[in-house]
Amino acid sequence: MKPAPFEYLVPDSVEAALGFLREYGDDAKLLAGGQSLVPAMNFRLVQPGVLIDLNRLDELGYINPAAEGGLRIGAMTRQSRLERDSLIEQRAPLVFEAASYIAHPQIRNRGTVGGSLAHADPAAELPVISLALGARFKVASAAGERWVAAEDFFLGMFTADLSPEEMLVEIELPAPQPKSGWAFLEVARRQGDYAMMGVAAVLTLDADGVCQQARLVYLNAGDGPVAARQAAEMLVGEAQLEELCEAAAAKAAAEEIDPPGNVHASPEYQRHLARVLTRRALQQAFQRARDARN
Amino acid sequence: MGNGRIQVSVIVNGEEYQEQVEPRLLLSDFLRHDLGLTGTHVGCEHGVCGACTILLDGQAVRSCLMFAVQVDGQEITTVEGMAEDKDHLHPLQQGFWDAHGLQCGFCTPGILMTLVPFLQENPHPSEAEIRAAISGNLCRCTGYQHIVDAVLLAAGYMGEGIGE
Repeated sequence: MKPAPFEYLVPDSVEAALGFLREYGDDAKLLAGGQSLVPAMNFRLVQPGVLIDLNRLDELGYINPAAEGGLRIGAMTRQSRLERDSLIEQRAPLVFEAASYIAHPQIRNRGTVGGSLAHADPAAELPVISLALGARFKVASAAGERWVAAEDFFLGMFTADLSPEEMLVEIELPAPQPKSGWAFLEVARRQGDYAMMGVAAVLTLDADGVCQQARLVYLNAGDGPVAARQAAEMLVGEAQLEELCEAAAAKAAAEEIDPPGNVHASPEYQRHLARVLTRRALQQAFQRARDARN
Repeated sequence: MGNGRIQVSVIVNGEEYQEQVEPRLLLSDFLRHDLGLTGTHVGCEHGVCGACTILLDGQAVRSCLMFAVQVDGQEITTVEGMAEDKDHLHPLQQGFWDAHGLQCGFCTPGILMTLVPFLQENPHPSEAEIRAAISGNLCRCTGYQHIVDAVLLAAGYMGEGIGE
């Protein structure tokens, strides 16, 4: 199908884009990579009166080092950069590892980091990864800027904490902790398809090998990225993590996720996948944390 | 509002075009209907099948998920831009010819355009890497095996400088 008619605006600065948003608000849609919005427009599920194309905003395409080993990523950075960038590899290895799971190469060449986060698809990888890493988001409007933590940003199905006049402009990732390990695993029927289940695990150990912090976050397991906080809490303060992986995985899969099921996977099968993937992800993250230098 | 036409200047396969287009015109339809370059195929129009894949500034993208107005000032390559002429195929095309990498041919332009930058970045791919590279392109005829064979053959041709 073809999209309904719209007025097309191409701002040449973030300021101009925010001015258009203030003017058109609810009637406007921001076009980032367009890999989710344009299909929805082609189906006429979305019919914006005004389309504000952000693709000329080169100022929002960057991956920069931040203070103390963190990263700042511009919202219009293409997803394909994440899987090739050496700064990402060094400072956000979970992102580096998970990037190639995001859809297909052609999609990643256009799709943007900010677009995927703002779209807040519960089956998407980037919301899960940003929550697992404790990212913060810079949100701008003509009235000013504010920072939102990832755990407060995802409000529900395809809903992020963005008003019609606001735009996500930057993603800040904290530096990886010393002695930390990570893993991202998912199962899809075909590489690049929406995964039936996926999990990101991040563990931090102290010098004695005792777990200081643990995060487990799931995709396609509820209304947004779903954190299994109780299962993660089972690991904190413990040193014999290998013995706890199975129990934590079982708790997360049985009690903390709410998989919707679809034609390819029943909720029961999704829970089964979650349990198996969580166990493997925790084992891998634990191994990496233990092997980490310093 | 919304129906005003916008000027687009774009270089396609080395040739410059200037057209007036409606903002909602998909890039895939622009290539096929406005420029007459019907080698780019349209399958699903929602980014699943990969038949409409083209190169935008050298990168493989889905032309059904872009608007023609967005490519103003940029360079596009379509499948028509691959071969020098009908007697001198691109080594990738030659590989598909020799290994029977197509049957009905509907998916072939999209698969070729996906693989051109892939082989530039990875000139000696494994079978698994090839399968990952074409994961965003649906073929309902071949079962993909002959496509994978064709890419391996083409990678060999390119290594030997055949067809370049």
